[in-house]
Amino acid sequence: MEIEKIDQIIDNHHGEASSLIQILLEIQSENNWLPKEALKRVSERLNVPSTRVQHIATFYKAFSVVPKGRHKVHICLGTACHVRGAPRVLDTVQDVTGIKAGETDLDFKFSLETVNCLGCCALGPVLEVDGKVHGKMTPGQTADVLKTYE
Amino acid sequence: MARLNSPEELEQFRQELLSKRDPSAPCISVCAGAGCVASGADAVIAAFKAEIEKEGLTAKVDTKGTGCPGFCERGPVVVIYPEEICYLQVTAEDVPEIVSQTIKANKIVERLLYQDPVTGERAVRESDIPFYKNQKRTLLCNNIKIDSKSIDDYLSLGGYSALSKALFQMTDVAVLEEVKKSNIRGRGGAGFPAGRKWEGSRNAPEPTKYVIVNADEGDPGAFMDRALLEGNPHSILEGLILGGYAIGAQEGYIYVRQEYPLAVKNIHLAIEQAEAYGFLGEHILGSRFNFKVIVHQGAGAFVCGESTALMTALEGRVGEPRPKYTRSNIKGLWERPSVLNNVETWANIPLIVNNGADWFTQIGTEGSKGTKIFSLVGKITNTGLVEVPMGITLRDIIYNIGGGIPNGKRFKAVQTGGPSGGCIPEAQLDLEVGFDELTKAGSMMGSGGMIVLDEDTCMVDMARYFTEFLTDESCGKCVPCREGLRQMNRILTNITNGKGKEGDIEILEELSETAIEASLCALGKSAPNPFLSTLRYFRDEYEAHIKEKRCPAMACKELIAYYIDPNKCQACMICLRKCPAEAIDGGKKKIHVIDQEKCTSCGTCFEVCPSRFGAVAKISGEPVPPAVPEEERNIIRKSKKNE
Repeated sequence: MEIEKIDQIIDNHHGEASSLIQILLEIQSENNWLPKEALKRVSERLNVPSTRVQHIATFYKAFSVVPKGRHKVHICLGTACHVRGAPRVLDTVQDVTGIKAGETDLDFKFSLETVNCLGCCALGPVLEVDGKVHGKMTPGQTADVLKTYE
Repeated sequence: MARLNSPEELEQFRQELLSKRDPSAPCISVCAGAGCVASGADAVIAAFKAEIEKEGLTAKVDTKGTGCPGFCERGPVVVIYPEEICYLQVTAEDVPEIVSQTIKANKIVERLLYQDPVTGERAVRESDIPFYKNQKRTLLCNNIKIDSKSIDDYLSLGGYSALSKALFQMTDVAVLEEVKKSNIRGRGGAGFPAGRKWEGSRNAPEPTKYVIVNADEGDPGAFMDRALLEGNPHSILEGLILGGYAIGAQEGYIYVRQEYPLAVKNIHLAIEQAEAYGFLGEHILGSRFNFKVIVHQGAGAFVCGESTALMTALEGRVGEPRPKYTRSNIKGLWERPSVLNNVETWANIPLIVNNGADWFTQIGTEGSKGTKIFSLVGKITNTGLVEVPMGITLRDIIYNIGGGIPNGKRFKAVQTGGPSGGCIPEAQLDLEVGFDELTKAGSMMGSGGMIVLDEDTCMVDMARYFTEFLTDESCGKCVPCREGLRQMNRILTNITNGKGKEGDIEILEELSETAIEASLCALGKSAPNPFLSTLRYFRDEYEAHIKEKRCPAMACKELIAYYIDPNKCQACMICLRKCPAEAIDGGKKKIHVIDQEKCTSCGTCFEVCPSRFGAVAKISGEPVPPAVPEEERNIIRKSKKNE
């Protein structure tokens, strides 16, 4: 990620230290993850110790300090999905992709995350790939859905 | 748009808006809430717009995407005004028929109406559907009428009249007194009386004060606040401005989680519009009151829903709770008096100011006034958002509104209060819903998640699930929560994996006591609730897991096995083909057998076996019967036997 882009985001927030989380969120959404250089730049420009920037980047779930895959797979483990069989969907995705929740495969094809509620409980269990919701999933259908992504 | 500089200008503008709107002209409202969008609402809206244009009706018919009316089970939901015809599960293919029949010929498309599952009767209007009929909707009722991106829609339904009334007909103290008199308790979880919280801040000596909306709705399976934020953001904003006026704050914050992108977008838009109209900024509506609102996006941390953690996060730091030696309404954000209330609480404020505290206190019970929105989910026929008066029984919510348990299963328990709440068993279904009543039953009101559990849900697994969630979300600052929950999670996981030992229950009880006594914030203090409430009502399930290595609900994967009954198997090959683990052996006319070594207990065979055969069984707590010997597996059909 270019330094100019990071500087621009910081300038939009007037370089205020209280906007640290908002700045990191924008970098994350722009770049999909937070590279070391970006964190260093933010720390310098906001005059915030890099340990604190690192603490925030690893504390909040929205941030990733490692690169992400092309397709983001979210499995809802909210209570409604849980009682309707979400753990089985998760098992299937882990079997098919070979990665566990929180990981990205070596080809950068899939990044797998579990989320706590996508707000469409009527469709549970829910699998979301790149923002598209696939509802009422069974282990069999899950494998079929994943096959459609390249 | 020019600023409105007096209450008269606002009323005049409202009249102009209304005079431009023909109440008898057709208006197509399509729910554009998260649930309906996931079921394809965007395509339906696009299809309506295209079809209306094709028919040359654009000038006569208004089409809008609205907030969530709550009936997610049957989405996408379409309501056609002025007749209020409600069509359910509409697809883009149905659109031409709706336009040609209902809009042009005034006829009803019968097949898209709600049909009563018992009597077979169809309901035309939204208000005739039992799901809606048995609710009391004072907050959610406007969602389907408002294009959530239009301040004019909000104004035409009387929006910002409470603000105008407060600024010009009431003093700030009178607004505070009205809220105090209404006895509204916080909708976020703990149920602290909002008026008392406000009064504390108002009387605090520090002159700079803040009002904050907690829109960090993190409970899994709960989306009440999201529906309000996405569907009717101005109602929350108006409440917040009123709060600022009442306590003497000039700055408000909205802390909204980034997992709700549409809510973030709509709230930003609402603020822009309110600024342009003069409901925010300097000299609101020409008065001497100034107020501005800042949106702060959360970055994904459940603990930030806790008041002090949220304020720490607002300051741009790691969202860890602080000890509450002084309450945050005296010393909160940047050590200044800060009133933090939940989205639903704020949305109630304009109603209280407009209709008066007496109107509000008519609804509800002695200790809990007003209505409450619940997200009714899990093993329930009508999943969705329901708004009910406090004091309604759980049975009424689950059966009269929710339509009971689907697939002929038995009700087991209802979980309320999110991860900090508890499970309420069948024997207490007639419990009246209220803050104190639910706490007495070992659960809590929480923010309004209501998850219905049926006979297939294992209560030990429920406790494990919530404990795991909270272990993961614990910020790690204090030991009882960070270490205690981890140990509780390990023991509960062992029990569900069939590795439970005598004495586990006692250790769990001990750890619970420590977490309740010694944790810093409410997350840790209430974390043992899921375990304690399930133990209180379902101790036998814990004992079955530990002593007999049996899961009575047949849900814990490690404690169950699948078995094909050789006398029932018709060798139809369905399970054999569907098994993802290729663990089923068999063939045409050959009884199928599950290889227990390969089986992953995913349950696919159990689900796909045709119900008229019902050959696949779940077994728990006893050994799997030996497989039929190879030579006896051929099925000889009766008809052939007779030949």
